[in-house]
Amino acid sequence: MTQALLSVRDLVVEFPKRKTRLTALDKVSFDIHPGEILGMVGESGAGKSLTGAAIIGLLEPPGHIASGEIWLKDQRIDQLPYDQMRRLRGKRIAMIFQDPLTSLNPILTIANQLIETIQTHLPLNDKEARARAIQLLDEVGIPAASKRIDDYPHQFSGGMRQRVVIALALAGEPELIIADEPTTALDVSVQAQIIDVLKRMCHVHKTAVMLVTHDMGVIAEACDRVAVMYAGRIAEIGEVRQIVKQPQHPYTQGLMGSIPSITERVERLTQIPGSMPRLDAIPTGCAFNPRCTQKIDRCTEDRPDLIATDQGQVSCWLYEGDKP
Amino acid sequence: MIAMLIRRLIQAVLVMLVVAFISFSLFQFVGDPINNMVGQEASQQDRAELRERLGLNDPIPIQFFRFVGNAVKGEFGISYRMARPVSEVIAERLPATLELALISGVLAISLGIGLGVYTALRRDGWLSHFIMSSSLIGVSLPTFLIGILLIYLFSVELQWLPSFGRGETVQITENWSTGLLTVSGWKSLILPAITLGLFQLTLLMRLVRAEMLEVLRTDYIKFARARGIKQRSIHFHHALKNTLLPVITIAGLQLGSIIAFAIITETVFQWPGVGLLFINAIRFVDIPFMSAYLLLIALVFVVINLIVDLLYFAVDPRLRATKRSAGR
Ligand SMILES: Nc1ncnc2c1ncn2[C@@H]1O[C@H](COP(=O)(O)OP(=O)(O)OP(=O)(O)O)[C@@H](O)[C@H]1O
Ligand code: SF4
Ligand SMILES: [Mg+2]
Repeated sequence: MTQALLSVRDLVVEFPKRKTRLTALDKVSFDIHPGEILGMVGESGAGKSLTGAAIIGLLEPPGHIASGEIWLKDQRIDQLPYDQMRRLRGKRIAMIFQDPLTSLNPILTIANQLIETIQTHLPLNDKEARARAIQLLDEVGIPAASKRIDDYPHQFSGGMRQRVVIALALAGEPELIIADEPTTALDVSVQAQIIDVLKRMCHVHKTAVMLVTHDMGVIAEACDRVAVMYAGRIAEIGEVRQIVKQPQHPYTQGLMGSIPSITERVERLTQIPGSMPRLDAIPTGCAFNPRCTQKIDRCTEDRPDLIATDQGQVSCWLYEGDKP
Repeated sequence: MIAMLIRRLIQAVLVMLVVAFISFSLFQFVGDPINNMVGQEASQQDRAELRERLGLNDPIPIQFFRFVGNAVKGEFGISYRMARPVSEVIAERLPATLELALISGVLAISLGIGLGVYTALRRDGWLSHFIMSSSLIGVSLPTFLIGILLIYLFSVELQWLPSFGRGETVQITENWSTGLLTVSGWKSLILPAITLGLFQLTLLMRLVRAEMLEVLRTDYIKFARARGIKQRSIHFHHALKNTLLPVITIAGLQLGSIIAFAIITETVFQWPGVGLLFINAIRFVDIPFMSAYLLLIALVFVVINLIVDLLYFAVDPRLRATKRSAGR
């Protein structure tokens, strides 16, 4: 296998609280390969956004990386000084947020925002940067890009704004884009278009994507592999087809229970009886054990690590000793 | 744009008419103007004649329109107290007030914005904490007390700065004498300007700080950071403009109140401006002067409001577009 573009190893993110500290991400490990689209699913509060923020170095204090490592190819990036990390943002790792209506600065023109981003990362003069900006807008499907570029964000519809956001994210030709629910805030009618644009752009520019979403349809359609998160931990990672057809982790099985086939689009993750524990009440052993229908004695005592199986990786005692 | 301007102008004129009516009512309800003009010994007939001559027997609306007509021409009658045309007295005193207000306004706005931005960006620095705590003094101490404290410290104890008056002035035009061209003029200006501007300064500073912190938390700032935009540009290009938008209104109103509240500072420092005259006018129930002053202050607020509206229009692209598409 080729060298991973991004390697997250045993990432722990904590929030110090008055007496204790909350462990929001607990030993999260996964890889993203060059050009690959990795889906990221899990209930609200599972830690998907935090994972993205930790990778790009924008955790909001007091949240911080307590241990673990993040590698971008050969470079360890979780301890870089501010300015070095800043140079990397937008240039090698970019991020797209959920709400295109609030992601753009309301009082700066699209041209202003795009050109500044381009010139931050590429050695282009004003004219060249502007030409590139227009070209990017054109690529993401903004009609009459050379005219619209001087407009302000409020002059665009939600879907068009998310296209602009994608253009902005791609401006520095990053190797990885973290897209945190890029379509959730949009009209259903434009969601598919935006995913299409993202998919096409990343294919053309050979950009890898970490795609956070609640929409299993999007996962099935757009992603190569998928990681399932639960209570700040990775429950399972594998090929999309495998996970949809034959989920291994009991939690994933619950999630997929309602999905008849990958060709049929399914709205949202169904609920499994019970709810995800709060961060200050995560049970010992496997975090899923209070809701698990297949649990064994060991599950309430020891925490399962990610185990490689012939289908991917899963953190569940049922697969202990299954190693290929 | 033009339509908006016209609408605003009409509003401004309406406001001025309402204030004019209040000013006008002063004449009707506070004392008898005739009594104030003639002495005790004037005969009943003299009074009636004067009343007729001044048009005080005409119907109220006619009197009001005459009042407005005169006001537009800048005629407010003769001051009871000084026995000179009110307009003349005001023109003589206005430069002092305007200079004082201008300097404290500039002080309040520049320092207010500067310190507000600084304390927002260096939220945890000791200097920020110090500035924030001392700003509480500016907000909570009454103006006259600040003035007296400053006089005590810098005039009485240290004897660095004069405690009253305007210092030497230079006559620029017939009506305009300025203290800004002499050293003693500036020295005299320092303490009153600080006294007058301190409250507005601290208020603006706290507002700018809160606004800036708010803006720094927005999605578009997060997204700008995620694109690797330089810290400097994020603070001063992306965030500052959005911060200052809502501040414009407040700053405008503050400027208006600086002129309006100059009364207190002018009294403490015996600053020879219109505010000081107003205090004396109240004491003597000098109705013509009071009504003219009222109109003047209203005019200041109305003009500032107009400027604020225009500024908003110039700065906020969203406003331009909605106005355009809504055809307003
Ligand atoms: N400042 C904070 N202090 C304490 N806990 C926090 C803080 N910020 C986030 N968390 C916790 O971290 C956990 C993970 O949050 P995160 O935003 O990553 O969830 P998510 O998987 O993205 O959920 P969603 O699908 O709702 O976006 C949540 O349980 C949240 O309560
Ligand atoms: S480890 Fe045990 S409790 Fe956890 S999912 Fe597997 S079987 Fe269920
Ligand atoms: Mg999230």
